[in-house]
Amino acid sequence: MPRTVWDSTLGKKTVMAVSGLIMLAYLVVHMLGNLKIFFGSDEFNGYAHWLRTLGEPFLHYEWALWITRVALVVAVVAHATAAYQLSRRDLRARPAKYVHKKRRASYATRTMRWGGVILGLFIVWHILDLTTGTLHPGGFQSGHPYQNVIDTFSTWYGNVVYLVAVLALGLHIRHGFWSAAQTLGAGSRTRDRALKTTANLLALVLTVGFVSVPVAVMTGVVS
Amino acid sequence: MKLTLRVWRQRAADADGAMSTYDVDGISPDMSFLEMLDTLNEELILRGEDPVAFDHDCREGICGACSLVINGDAHGPERTTTCQLHMRSFADGDTIDVEPWRASAFPVIKDLVVDRSAFDRIIQAGGYITAPTGAAPEAHATAVPKPDADFAFEHAECIGCGACVAACPNGAAMLFTSAKINHLNVLPQGAPERETRVLDMVERMDDEGFGGCTLAGECATACPKGIPLVSITSMNKEWLRAARKAGKR
Repeated sequence: MPRTVWDSTLGKKTVMAVSGLIMLAYLVVHMLGNLKIFFGSDEFNGYAHWLRTLGEPFLHYEWALWITRVALVVAVVAHATAAYQLSRRDLRARPAKYVHKKRRASYATRTMRWGGVILGLFIVWHILDLTTGTLHPGGFQSGHPYQNVIDTFSTWYGNVVYLVAVLALGLHIRHGFWSAAQTLGAGSRTRDRALKTTANLLALVLTVGFVSVPVAVMTGVVS
Repeated sequence: MKLTLRVWRQRAADADGAMSTYDVDGISPDMSFLEMLDTLNEELILRGEDPVAFDHDCREGICGACSLVINGDAHGPERTTTCQLHMRSFADGDTIDVEPWRASAFPVIKDLVVDRSAFDRIIQAGGYITAPTGAAPEAHATAVPKPDADFAFEHAECIGCGACVAACPNGAAMLFTSAKINHLNVLPQGAPERETRVLDMVERMDDEGFGGCTLAGECATACPKGIPLVSITSMNKEWLRAARKAGKR
């Protein structure tokens, strides 16, 4: 059965839908966690520390975090591999373009592929910036995420990269969530409006939630 | 009406093609689009030129033979087949672009004619019920709930023209395949082969080199028979159900 799934276009889309929903669920939690920055450095840094002690004493220190990281890497790799293979197939299936061009699909639909590439690159930068600190501007302090966040959003490029990525994320979710529902066979005529509304709401709430942090640092609300 | 046509001309499957420009005059707004092309072809024959090759058969919108992309739209600006599109949908002096269906699974044979036998092979993979044929059975022998009958009929309307493939940015045949699967899978007559049908037809569809679905929705917009986009969702559901069952076996 795993072979059947991966060999089929419908199976690859199923992999994309499931991995996409896993990442989406993570993003909701991640965004809500980010908002703790508005309650000051003690609470934000304390939350970051709690994430490391999560599951103790059943789990060892940082194990919950590492389990999440592994699950996310698997999801990202599965999502991107399926997307790459399906895109290759799609381009092969339609090699000749029409002379008379028309564009009808929505902006969110048309930007799924390049938007996805942007998000992939952003994730790499984001980890090197705020998890490992390799590309962090100024001195990266492990265990002091509050100061690290302020450092990143005190640079112009930090803000630009982050804002572009979050906007791409909003568009990606707008088409992606609804598409995942269709791929998993959860869509129907009567449910379509509710699914589209949920997709738009998720996209909007996540975009606003994530954008609020750099905006707060830029305006000095968080300092 | 006086019109300028830009038509895709391609001598043979392996030849290079290009858009050629023709002026046609004396077109009545009541002519169908194909009658307008007939008029052009009569002129071309009189001039000793090769007439434009295009597919057509019933000319009443039920056979699915006609297949033209007109101004970038499969079957043109109205929601109907090319044969049922009339010249009143255009204005005097218009320039109209006419191209063949574009998909690697639908190779051009000549001019505007493409090879759609990939659809036949998808049907051969499971778009039927295996039952002894003979005299028609008593219509009420097998009860079908009304909503199921309506659902089946809605999908049975598909005439297999391929407009969905032509309109799809990925050259996917999802709408066609889903229409054929849903039509039979919902009915009691189709139930014994419910799982093999969807698995085999989707596999054949992939093997023919059609693209995947990105839910752009262009297919359902182009479909002259109004097969809805949610038809693909129903197929996905059937496929997942069948794949799960196949996994248990």
